Amino acid sequence: MKLVAFTIVVIAALTVAIFAAPGVEPASSPVEPASSPTVTEVKIDNFSFNPPTLKVKAGTTVQWTNRDDLPHNVVAEEKAFRSKAMDTDEQFSFTFDKPGTYAYFCGLHPKMKGTITVE
Amino acid sequence: MSGKNPQPQHDELLHDHNHDGIDRRGFLKCMAWAGTGAFCVMQGGVLRSFSLSRLSEMDPGEAKGELSFVQISDSHMGFDKAANPDVVGTFKSALDKINSLPARPQFILHTGDITHLSKPQEFDTVEQLIQSAPTKDVFYVPGEHDMLDEGAQFKDRFGKGSQGAGWYSFDQKGVHFIGLVNVVNLKAGGLGQLGNDQLEWLEKDVKHLTKSTPIVVFAHIPLWSVYPEWGWGTEDGAQALSYVKKFGSVTVLNGHIHQTMQKVEGNVTFHTAASTAFPQPKPGSAPSPGPMKVPADQLRTLLGVTNVNAVHGKHALAVVDSTLG
Repeated sequence: MKLVAFTIVVIAALTVAIFAAPGVEPASSPVEPASSPTVTEVKIDNFSFNPPTLKVKAGTTVQWTNRDDLPHNVVAEEKAFRSKAMDTDEQFSFTFDKPGTYAYFCGLHPKMKGTITVE
Repeated sequence: MSGKNPQPQHDELLHDHNHDGIDRRGFLKCMAWAGTGAFCVMQGGVLRSFSLSRLSEMDPGEAKGELSFVQISDSHMGFDKAANPDVVGTFKSALDKINSLPARPQFILHTGDITHLSKPQEFDTVEQLIQSAPTKDVFYVPGEHDMLDEGAQFKDRFGKGSQGAGWYSFDQKGVHFIGLVNVVNLKAGGLGQLGNDQLEWLEKDVKHLTKSTPIVVFAHIPLWSVYPEWGWGTEDGAQALSYVKKFGSVTVLNGHIHQTMQKVEGNVTFHTAASTAFPQPKPGSAPSPGPMKVPADQLRTLLGVTNVNAVHGKHALAVVDSTLG
């Protein structure tokens, strides 16, 4: 009897451990801790920024990834940020702390334009 | 330039002078997209064309001049993607082509994108390889890929004695050559740009010249509107051309678009050179101007070098494109 009880306790403990493991939490985790920064992706494909316009909350980090065979960079028109040239699959991140509208373009191919709106 | 005719004129070319059944449009397509070469002679603003295969039928006097030089462009040293994993090999082929020219060129013009990412080893490789050229005189203008370090290396290696970001002029056998930089301080949504300092310099640079002086202007991005939707043009290119239009013979040599293209406007002939590295699609024919992947056996037919002859007395420059294939 004692043995059975012990087994049940062990199984219960394992079950708790499995559910607590990262990656198996329910998809709708209720509240993000305020300090944890969110990352939003912008892909550079076919000489364009995707999505070209993006709305984010203050504190959001935007990460650009170059998927083209030629290098690109991102340059804020009002000079808030300027990346180095990103070769294929290279990335650049910038955290937007201040609300506002940030228009940017590719300094190598200035026809490529995008906008980040920070709320 | 744009005042009279604001439309992009990338399809304007020659009549069928050599009776090979190639009309204006056909000739352009043949030259630019199928990779066949052509020999062109400009006389009084009119360009005459001969396909390369018919060069042997020409009067040698038409082909030879007192000055000949070669234009190469867009070597993109360091590029290693599928469109051409061997840019060293194709650059060497371009140099072989130059070495096999019947007349030794006096010098070489490189119209930019020497490197792919402005890395020191990329510049080094080009400088080492180009030593096998038949001339030691190589004149460079930068492409946007050569300015990723704000142009420090370009200026240090090739821009000694130049003005601003690297513009300059020189004279060779009575022809005035002007190297311009239109790849710095580009503005959002805009095209290539020369800027006021350079334009002022250019105006002064040509002021003292007699009107009969043949002029060759070379820069990376086309100075004419090839296809503004892809950024293939220069914002203030028309202003630059207004300073040189008064001269009897003006030839504008550009790179950037990785394909050959020509246009005649009055006494000004525009010419873009092929890349030695990889081809790019014809304007508007693809979602973007990214590198064009072609079957390996076709690649070299889309890369090339340009040979230019100046014929004195006729105020004519003959422009010859040949492919690496």
